[in-house]
Amino acid sequence: MLSSNVASENIGDFIYKKLAQFFALLVLLLVIVMGYEMYIGSQLSIDKFGWQFLVTSTWDPVKEIFGALPAIYGTLVSSFLALFISLPLGLGVAIFLSELAPNWLEKPLSFFTELLAGIPSVVYGLWGIFVLVPWLRNSVEPLLAKHLGYLPFFKGVPYGFGMLAAAIILSIMVLPIISSISRDVLKSVPDSQREAALALGATKWEVIKIVFSNSRSGILGATMLGLGRAIGETMAVTMVIGNRALISPSLFDPAYTMASVLANEFTEASSDLYLSALIELALILFFITIIINIAARLLVWSLEKRWSNVK
Amino acid sequence: MLNRNNLYFIRRKVTNHIMLSLTFLSVVLTVLPLLLIFYYTVTKGLTSLNLDFFIAMPKPVGEAGGGMANAIVGTLILIGIGGAIGLPVGIMSGTYLAEFGNNKFGNVVRFLADVLSGIPSIVVGVVAYTIVVLPMHHFSAFAGGVSLAILMIPTITRTTEEMIRLVPHSYREAGLALGIPKWKTSLVIILRSAWKGIATGVLLAFARAAGETAPLLFTALGNRFWSTKIFQPIASLTVYIYDYAKSPFTEWNDQAWTASLILIALISLISLLFKFLTRSKY
Repeated sequence: MLSSNVASENIGDFIYKKLAQFFALLVLLLVIVMGYEMYIGSQLSIDKFGWQFLVTSTWDPVKEIFGALPAIYGTLVSSFLALFISLPLGLGVAIFLSELAPNWLEKPLSFFTELLAGIPSVVYGLWGIFVLVPWLRNSVEPLLAKHLGYLPFFKGVPYGFGMLAAAIILSIMVLPIISSISRDVLKSVPDSQREAALALGATKWEVIKIVFSNSRSGILGATMLGLGRAIGETMAVTMVIGNRALISPSLFDPAYTMASVLANEFTEASSDLYLSALIELALILFFITIIINIAARLLVWSLEKRWSNVK
Repeated sequence: MLNRNNLYFIRRKVTNHIMLSLTFLSVVLTVLPLLLIFYYTVTKGLTSLNLDFFIAMPKPVGEAGGGMANAIVGTLILIGIGGAIGLPVGIMSGTYLAEFGNNKFGNVVRFLADVLSGIPSIVVGVVAYTIVVLPMHHFSAFAGGVSLAILMIPTITRTTEEMIRLVPHSYREAGLALGIPKWKTSLVIILRSAWKGIATGVLLAFARAAGETAPLLFTALGNRFWSTKIFQPIASLTVYIYDYAKSPFTEWNDQAWTASLILIALISLISLLFKFLTRSKY
């Protein structure tokens, strides 16, 4: 009687463990299936264009010539421009929150930056179309063209819609990620470091520099997570970038990103080859973001480990 | 000599003040766009906000008025389908990671869940298209729900794990000491103690799903008519915002703002609801 009871409990535990394991396996399978499905789906395009797909600058659905270069260019340029704007700002916010802000200010400000991350990207896009783009078209871009027009970056007609608008909206969206992760990284530096510097007579800023140099790899990780987000961001960018497969140095000109090509053209794909080329774009996007995310997480983890036994 | 020291000291002090003010300036520059987005969403959104917006159907081009009843219901149905698929997978895999996951397999799953959360939502949409829409030959609410589920899973998995790990070990020991089998201890004692935190993670996942547009564009597609059928295209607030924002008609633009306002309100409502639900008992 007793032994059968014990046995049935063990069976319960066994089933429970296997069931939980099954669901965990599903998560693993999900990532594999995603990669596999897109690889199969893009077979037609891979066979036809091969590696040329990555360096061809024509995207012509009518003649069925597909090259991803303008989309890759647009994705990388808009994302790095966004980082260029949001990195200094995000680090400033992180420093302020972790080193300077009094407690009563830190909580609501952290909450505020998290709220920013919760706004749907289509709302950013809406705001971009009706507020940001007109402002750029009427005030910012004419001003830039007047004073810096001799640079190739500020040539052409100021449409408003274009690379500059996309970079600005992306930088607003990436800011909360960079600032909140950097704040956590800075906070993980033990106080003994700050106290040592203060005891030697360092100013507040000099203390921050020391804290900073101790958390460089974590900040790099935060930046890369921001980059990953910017590269995959779809709606807000699609709504303001102008959507033209064009490689131009001018920030005023419309451009295209991989994500916005997908958003605009996926439902219109009229042939198998067209659809296959679009799926290949998604596959490239998938790999780029996976690599960036893995690198970023390894960096953030390595730093957290480093401080975990120093207090 | 003294003079040089003095200068050095002044320079350090000035640098200190300049840099600290710059950090404050960056806080202002970060908060400003958020305030602007809120300001515009509320003021522009309120102009076409009325009862019709919730209970009426969209009007054809040129006719004033009309609402988005179908999109509001559609968004709720899409989140519902996503939750029905994503919740069990997320909670059970999170439980696995916390209870049995201190091994190689656990590390791999944990890492992949993190990686999954970084994959762009539009890519998830493409995958949902290839595994659901292509075999079924038409767009459907179900396909949209699948893509939302994929987006929800990593958040739910990781929060569940973290919340279960926060439950004191003595709880588990107390359960086991009473002779309760491990699975029952885990389900009845541990999961229940961690429920509050898990619910917050779930709410976060739901709120994000409600705001997703990109994965719905070619899965749920959108629908101008009333539909609650799971295997038919369905409307959603976000896709409506996208379509109406691009349209040349000011009535539609105004309605896009109103939909944004409702969406933000809906997201806040979900969070409040969950807070209320989880607070009442414990």
